[in-house]
Amino acid sequence: MQLPIPTNVHSDESHKVEDIKKVVRRIKFESELDHNFGEHIAEKAYGQKLLGCIQCGTCSATCPLSHYMDYTPRKVIAMTREGFKEEVLNSLTIWLCASCYSCTVECPRQIHITEIMYALKREAIQHGYYPKRLTIPVLAREFYKRVLKDGRNTESWVLVSLYLHTNPFAMIKEAILGIKLFLRGRLTIGKERIKRRDQLHAILGNTKGGSQI
Amino acid sequence: MKYLYYPGCSLRSTGRAYDESLLAVSKKLEIQLEEINDWNCCGATSYVSIDEIDAFSLAARNLALAELQSSDEEVNLIAPCSACYLALLKTERFLEEVPDVSAKINSSLYKAGLHYNGRVNVRHPIDVLVNDYGLENISKRIETPLKGLKIACYYGCQSLRPYATFDDQYHPMTMEKIVEAIGAEPIDWSLKTRCCGGSLTGTIQEAGLRLNRFLLKEAQKSGAEIIITCCPLCQHNLECYQERISRFYDEEINIPVLYFTQLMGIALGLSEKEVSMHRLFKKPSLKRFSQKGAAAHAW
Repeated sequence: MQLPIPTNVHSDESHKVEDIKKVVRRIKFESELDHNFGEHIAEKAYGQKLLGCIQCGTCSATCPLSHYMDYTPRKVIAMTREGFKEEVLNSLTIWLCASCYSCTVECPRQIHITEIMYALKREAIQHGYYPKRLTIPVLAREFYKRVLKDGRNTESWVLVSLYLHTNPFAMIKEAILGIKLFLRGRLTIGKERIKRRDQLHAILGNTKGGSQI
Repeated sequence: MKYLYYPGCSLRSTGRAYDESLLAVSKKLEIQLEEINDWNCCGATSYVSIDEIDAFSLAARNLALAELQSSDEEVNLIAPCSACYLALLKTERFLEEVPDVSAKINSSLYKAGLHYNGRVNVRHPIDVLVNDYGLENISKRIETPLKGLKIACYYGCQSLRPYATFDDQYHPMTMEKIVEAIGAEPIDWSLKTRCCGGSLTGTIQEAGLRLNRFLLKEAQKSGAEIIITCCPLCQHNLECYQERISRFYDEEINIPVLYFTQLMGIALGLSEKEVSMHRLFKKPSLKRFSQKGAAAHAW
């Protein structure tokens, strides 16, 4: 008989006061890990070097956003390699990565960490771990859709749909900035569009990554 | 000198001053820029987060269009926005170096009746100005030397990382050399390639503001009167959120943030209007440098 897998392993929930009485297992068993996950991601990110990470932590130290992450980049690499698929794909870390490539150029093992973060984002979308209310992936999705339609990104329209899908009240807060930009001709109301949208539709959507969002 | 030009979406809205000042400076220096007909979005960081082949194919259409428009053996394509520059450059590299990705991109292009032969060379405007046009030639054309003006050069991330094609990715100096060529004084500071947070100011604002606060404070502390940058998102973040950062952290932050092309334009004798200073939130005071300003002062 297979034991039920504890769902709160590695989650902050387990530290709450009301949970203290409940005894839960805090460590995942080897058998619960996805052992192919590391290699799979390495392949998707063009880097077998992922498997050679020495866990020095240079990536976490150089990352401008690591103090907002639930797992630092170093931990994400370790967890990916060991097969903590669910935890990694559910993590905020992969979405917080701003693609600044600091870790990539500093890594003493030349691991393409930013590419790995991109691969993890795509994998998360594919496996339905897409956090539908988190602003960062919603921005990516609205951007994707806008360009799919028009071929160009009209910043004002993407921002409006971002706020409508996440926090409409934020739009009121941003309105003054929007007006200031508009008065300086830096925010356009008309949509930017390309002529040959037929070419665009032939080019995009052939690999179906976008159909999951 | 003739180049193809890929402005990108940001240069059509928040970054209009970059587009206008780059075109004005190029015209003054007699560098011809010809815009790619019907170019599309580069995909930035959003497309590659969702579908990699879509991201590459989207950028590759621009490369294919660039080839159609030029019969040169080597087509030099200028992309001023850091995100566009990296997206196009990365696609160019993958097309050359990763055969199975390249096959997928080519098949997408084929479906749209397009084809890419690998003739395009993606270039950054700083690269073109320093390495093709030459700093000496820039110096020769200076009409209003900005003597003594202290400048912090801010490169941001994606113009230099991960592919450092025209400068050192840890300690870049090309923008500083341009600043020296126009007579101004670049300051030495440590955060010139530190991330501004990109779109985080619109998504997780607290994180975004914090990153920009570090940059602005450090530039001010190092004695800079102006920050110049080469990316529309960096310029937007550093300029438009200053008030909010000041309020949030209860600190005095007040420094104009320009595109490097705007500053160059002024030194080359263009008017403030020609380099789109009116689009900025905070104009720098450059009156003391202009002929008229100097005369008024003497009087």
